[in-house]
Amino acid sequence: MASTLSPPARAHVELLERVWEERKGVFGWVTTVDHKRIGLMYLFASMAFFAAGGVEALLIRTQLIGPQQHLLSPETYDEIFTMHGITMIFLVVIPMTTGAFGNYLVPLMIGARDMAFPRMNAVSFWIFLGSGVFLYVALATGQAPNAGWFDYVPLASKQFDPGTNIDFYGYGLIFNGIASTATAINIIVTIFKLRAPGMSLNRMPLFCYAFLAAAFSLVFALPALTLATIFLELDRQLGFHFYDAGFGGDPLLWQNLFWIFGHPEVYIIILPAFGIATSIIPTFVHRRMVMFPMVALAELLVAFLGFGVWAHHMFAVGLPTLVTVYFAATSLIIVIPSAIQLFAWITTILTGKPEFTTPLLWIIGFIVFFIIGGLSGVTVAAIPFDQQVNASYYIVAHFHFVIFGGAVFPILGGLYYWFPKVTGRMYHEGVGKLSFWLSFIGTLVTFFPMHIAGIEGMPRRIYTYTAASGWTTLNALESAGAYLLAAGLLLVIVNLAVSLFKGAPAGADPWGGDTLEWATSSPPPAYNYAVIPTVSSAYPMWDEEDRERDRRRLERGQGLLARGHETPGTTVQDALLDEVLAMPPSSPLPALVGAVVFAGFIALVLAHFLIAAGIGGLAAALLVAWHVPPRGEKPAAEGGAR
Amino acid sequence: MRAGSQERLQGVAGGGPQARPVRGGSRRRGALALLLLAAAALSGCGGQQSILRSDSHQTHVISVLWWWMLAAAGVVFAGAVVLLVLAYVRRGRAGLPFVGERESLAGAMVIVFGIAVPLIVLLVLFGASDIYAVRFSEAPPAGSTSMSVEVKGHQWWWEIHYPGTAAVSANEIHIPTGTRVRLYATTADVIHSLWVPSLARKIDMIPGRTNAILLEAPSPGSYLGQCSEFCGLQHSYMRFTVIAEPRASFEAWLADMERPAAAPASGEQREGQQLFMSKGCGGCHRLAGTSAEGTVGPDLTHLATRSTLAALTIPDTPSELAAWIENPQAIKPGNHMPDLGLSGAQAKKVAAFLGEMR
Repeated sequence: MASTLSPPARAHVELLERVWEERKGVFGWVTTVDHKRIGLMYLFASMAFFAAGGVEALLIRTQLIGPQQHLLSPETYDEIFTMHGITMIFLVVIPMTTGAFGNYLVPLMIGARDMAFPRMNAVSFWIFLGSGVFLYVALATGQAPNAGWFDYVPLASKQFDPGTNIDFYGYGLIFNGIASTATAINIIVTIFKLRAPGMSLNRMPLFCYAFLAAAFSLVFALPALTLATIFLELDRQLGFHFYDAGFGGDPLLWQNLFWIFGHPEVYIIILPAFGIATSIIPTFVHRRMVMFPMVALAELLVAFLGFGVWAHHMFAVGLPTLVTVYFAATSLIIVIPSAIQLFAWITTILTGKPEFTTPLLWIIGFIVFFIIGGLSGVTVAAIPFDQQVNASYYIVAHFHFVIFGGAVFPILGGLYYWFPKVTGRMYHEGVGKLSFWLSFIGTLVTFFPMHIAGIEGMPRRIYTYTAASGWTTLNALESAGAYLLAAGLLLVIVNLAVSLFKGAPAGADPWGGDTLEWATSSPPPAYNYAVIPTVSSAYPMWDEEDRERDRRRLERGQGLLARGHETPGTTVQDALLDEVLAMPPSSPLPALVGAVVFAGFIALVLAHFLIAAGIGGLAAALLVAWHVPPRGEKPAAEGGAR
Repeated sequence: MRAGSQERLQGVAGGGPQARPVRGGSRRRGALALLLLAAAALSGCGGQQSILRSDSHQTHVISVLWWWMLAAAGVVFAGAVVLLVLAYVRRGRAGLPFVGERESLAGAMVIVFGIAVPLIVLLVLFGASDIYAVRFSEAPPAGSTSMSVEVKGHQWWWEIHYPGTAAVSANEIHIPTGTRVRLYATTADVIHSLWVPSLARKIDMIPGRTNAILLEAPSPGSYLGQCSEFCGLQHSYMRFTVIAEPRASFEAWLADMERPAAAPASGEQREGQQLFMSKGCGGCHRLAGTSAEGTVGPDLTHLATRSTLAALTIPDTPSELAAWIENPQAIKPGNHMPDLGLSGAQAKKVAAFLGEMR
């Protein structure tokens, strides 16, 4: 790309290259605050955890392939299914969406040069990684959480689970929550304050709306989980009685707190996936999204309403009928904004000229599975039916269609879609389609029969069943589907890994995409954009004049912002230029903070509270050190991290 | 777990009524081929624990609700797939079929299918399920039942009491046919969920709370149930049966259950009794009318009348019982009965003693 630039433009680009130069090698990655490198680290870490969660899933499916199998002991089975759930939710989908996709793409899409708080961004990654390693230390030492991912008390109380298994759960999720909260705040501030001048809220990509909604949900939902787990550890470690019915506590307090977090969590998982879908669809159907403003509002509405439905997880606990009816009603209402988005996607595809490339196929697969998961979701808002199938395999089928079909499929489609942008190379289209079809059929064969198993009375979380139950055929089919699905997913990895080295060069914009990330080179330079892009619609890449204007501004050096790591700050609503923000340079502190916090949580789980407090003090000292401006720089240079 | 026990159990637990066709719902299956396939797949199974067996009025209402929801869901799903197929067929042409590229019509489509149609369908569903059908799965109103039964969940078995009588049982809930029974659900330890899919909705058993549901079986038979909330290591083998029998035989059974434990008859049984008492079995188990007063494990006063052991883990035969007493952890790993260090011969004697507990 650089070769096509005129001499003055090249001089400007070279200046930026010098200003934004990063350290080489491993140390460069450890100290980076570049949102793209952090995004990639999130991607690799969550892919590793995805592999672990996938192996756990295959162990579960192999155990259940026939009646009375003995691959896993009951103890191990409980740890494996618990770790599968925790891994997929906290260590795969959330870090993959908000961490990898959000970090990498949000600044690019809004024409910014980094996230609003680059060092906090790095510290969230290291803390997330620490929490994942923490939970897998538990598995490796045979003390993995074993009361299911929703960890109901009193099964998870000290009395019934005296080991450290549940402490790893409690501390691990508090640990993990720090990272998610920091990332969510970062995404919100970035979207509100760092949009390129001209990108008023009504011109913001739907992708960013989805991530904004998910980030807000995270910020408001996580405190409930953190509170619940703090209560849990107070009960377990210090003999409090929050959940102890014998002393006036209530096990339902845990369920309420957990699901006040847990249901918004579903939308935290699925909203970014909606965002990915609304990015891929316009590109490959070559038209704008139908009903853009309504889709944006629907995304925000889903996030909001998601806070009012939690007790539909508790229809069998014996709540008064009136309460269940209220929560059934809210659960039905939330169908509407989802249906709006669904039909906006379908209508956009129908009225455009769709090109059925690999990324769009994953989105079509997502739409089909999201409809199945959505419809089964509607059936469990029918209280009496839910009181039958609650905690059965019907629910397992339902949430796998929503989470695997609804969130993982768009993630995989997104991996293919943005692969050329991130690597500068094209993936293999034929293998891409094959990987889609294998995964599509695999998903259907794995999860669809689970509906029937649930209706046939198979409870979830049983480590085995008898031949007389009549569940054998369904389970064998599900297990076969799981192996097929695993093959499809492996093929995705193989395709992307091989293409990383052998793929054809991609160029800046191989798809004719509509959002700004396609304006910069592939892979993007450290500073993202040589000049901050001009924006006058929600489809900036389809505005040829604006892109031409950017080229002329680069020649003149207008909007270069090269006096340091600089990016424009704009007003929340209209994105009018407000100030030029100075972003912090790379720093070893974030990784160090992550390591210290990890040590602190290890001390906590070993019940060395004084040592943990000492390490906490050290972490606080490091955070103070963080705010001391680097030598030779004025405090004003900290603007970006204010 | 010992091989073979489970297979032998099938004959014990599978003694329920013959699979009957699902009432009502099957006639209303839609014409859609896809739906028919799904329906056939579901009604074709109809296993012991299917929610679609409709063995009571309550579960009949729920299965009718299900078939209607499945039909509506089938229509929605088929409609969406048709639109996607249409998009594929018309991939070279922009705009909608017939009406073309008018943006307002595309928007109208989103409003009709995304707001108007769902609103109507959801309102109907809300009325049918959450206003109407919900009353059949509510706790029965006070005074509407003539008898009640108390079921307490334990890790991993069920304790059953009949209020107003001294009868105690485990893992077998006997009820008279054609009688509305109020079932009180409580727990001794963690959260369990009582679920007999063919007879009633499930109900969670929560520490500190007493929940109630309606249990009613019009026809005699045995109906399989299973714990439906993860409750630890042997959640999988926390099963039970509801045995519905005509009122006369139910009352005879209940009277039997009120009798104290039988005295040992043979020498072997007497030796077994001595072992039972000396090895501390009575610390956990009760034999009514003796010094064995434990309430941690199941009441054994009438053990021999039950057809399974350890919550439908193995059949209640002398040899299985002896094997269980000798090494309970080999049969149901993690269960709360300790290994008492009895030899095979001693275990056989205790089994012979308990085998007479009718």
